[in-house]
Amino acid sequence: MKALNLFTQHLPTFLKALAITTYVTVISLIFATLIGIVFGLFKISKKKPLVLAANFYLSIIRGTPLLVQTLFIYFGLPMALGFRWPWATFYWRSQPILAAIVIMSLNAGAYMTELVRGGIESVDPGQMEAARSLGMSYGQAMVQVVMPQALRTMLPSIVNQFIVTLKDTSLLSMIGLRELVQNAKIIVANNMEALTMYAIVGLFYWVIVTLLSSAASNLERRTTYGK
Amino acid sequence: MASKIIVKNLKKAFGPLEVIKDMSLEVEDREVVVVIGPSGSGKSTFLRCLNRLESIDGGTVIIDGFDLTDKSVDINKVRRNIGMVFQHFNLFPHKTALGNVMLAPITLGILSKTQATERGLEMLRKVGLSDKANVYPAQLSGGQKQRVAIARSLALNPDVMLFDEPTSALDPEMVSEVLAVMKELANGGMTMVVVTHEMGFAREVGDRVIFMDGGYIVEEGSPEELIRNPKEPRTIDFLRKVL
Repeated sequence: MKALNLFTQHLPTFLKALAITTYVTVISLIFATLIGIVFGLFKISKKKPLVLAANFYLSIIRGTPLLVQTLFIYFGLPMALGFRWPWATFYWRSQPILAAIVIMSLNAGAYMTELVRGGIESVDPGQMEAARSLGMSYGQAMVQVVMPQALRTMLPSIVNQFIVTLKDTSLLSMIGLRELVQNAKIIVANNMEALTMYAIVGLFYWVIVTLLSSAASNLERRTTYGK
Repeated sequence: MASKIIVKNLKKAFGPLEVIKDMSLEVEDREVVVVIGPSGSGKSTFLRCLNRLESIDGGTVIIDGFDLTDKSVDINKVRRNIGMVFQHFNLFPHKTALGNVMLAPITLGILSKTQATERGLEMLRKVGLSDKANVYPAQLSGGQKQRVAIARSLALNPDVMLFDEPTSALDPEMVSEVLAVMKELANGGMTMVVVTHEMGFAREVGDRVIFMDGGYIVEEGSPEELIRNPKEPRTIDFLRKVL
């Protein structure tokens, strides 16, 4: 069978591309979570400048397509600021990994910000009051009492964001990152087997997304404590 | 002997709504003051001003010599000395009963983990819940939750305790177990301000009863005279409805 042959023939490069896709997604999601926590706290803060900063960031990211952000950050910023995005020198040589992570972190960070804000707001205000009445500072109460509960309710949504970011990395083929789509494009340029190769790419995404979705709904079922 | 709590001309508004118009009150050391009044009279807000969970718009509140309206006073330090028990318990659902009691002493760096465990178990014993140490709040009854909440406040060894309708959210059969713990605290010499509708508790444990309405103290006196022989028409009217 021809499709199967093509699949096994190109499996090594696809696995390598899958590793890049996963790596960029995981690392970006970690940074995005940190960005989300910082800007999420800005958003619920009583200090006007912080709220404005968060709103500015959110409106830029959500108001523009990821593709435009990608092109702007990868091609635009270096021109304006006079630098070059470094290529990875280690395992994935000649890959714009750093740029990819910056782009995806900034993008997913905006969506994580909304998740964090929603998560914090879902926690009963009485929790903050109880913690404060025990003499904890705002920060201590956030870290010890509010955040653990917020993160727990957010967990399914974080997995969903992971799925979105994973699929979004396909756009990074625009900057030559050899993730799944870029890998397929390179192969198709040689063998013209567009139908089979893109079907294989789709299959990779589908398998991961399906696994993650079921993990997410599993998490949704277990959000109460001590039950 | 200086008063434990001194409130002078306290004012508090939420936007255009003046909840506390002008309140002055002194609470002596080891005194139990019970605050009663119709809903919306400002009694919960008054209590929440005593540890500045609500910002204070006017007047002064002095607790243990610390002026809460003074910006240079570290409110977090003052709050360690003021325990607060809420109507809806507000236990931390992600912590066990013991975890709830231990959290503040550890977070504030007052006790080591071992000391906090010891202290936590001691406090749970005090409220009669030694056997529930490793149980999460979701598995506790309302009365048990409120007793854990009391233990949680006591872990910091406060010398004032504020109770905001501690039995209002409880099923009737669980009210007495919470009141019993509070009574024991009062007998142990704790200074307490209790907002409640439990007239039996007011009469039995209270040293003084305050009737609030419309953001003012309308009448105050010993439980006997205020509950048996109220003078103000509004007090008479309120007591007729609740008794």
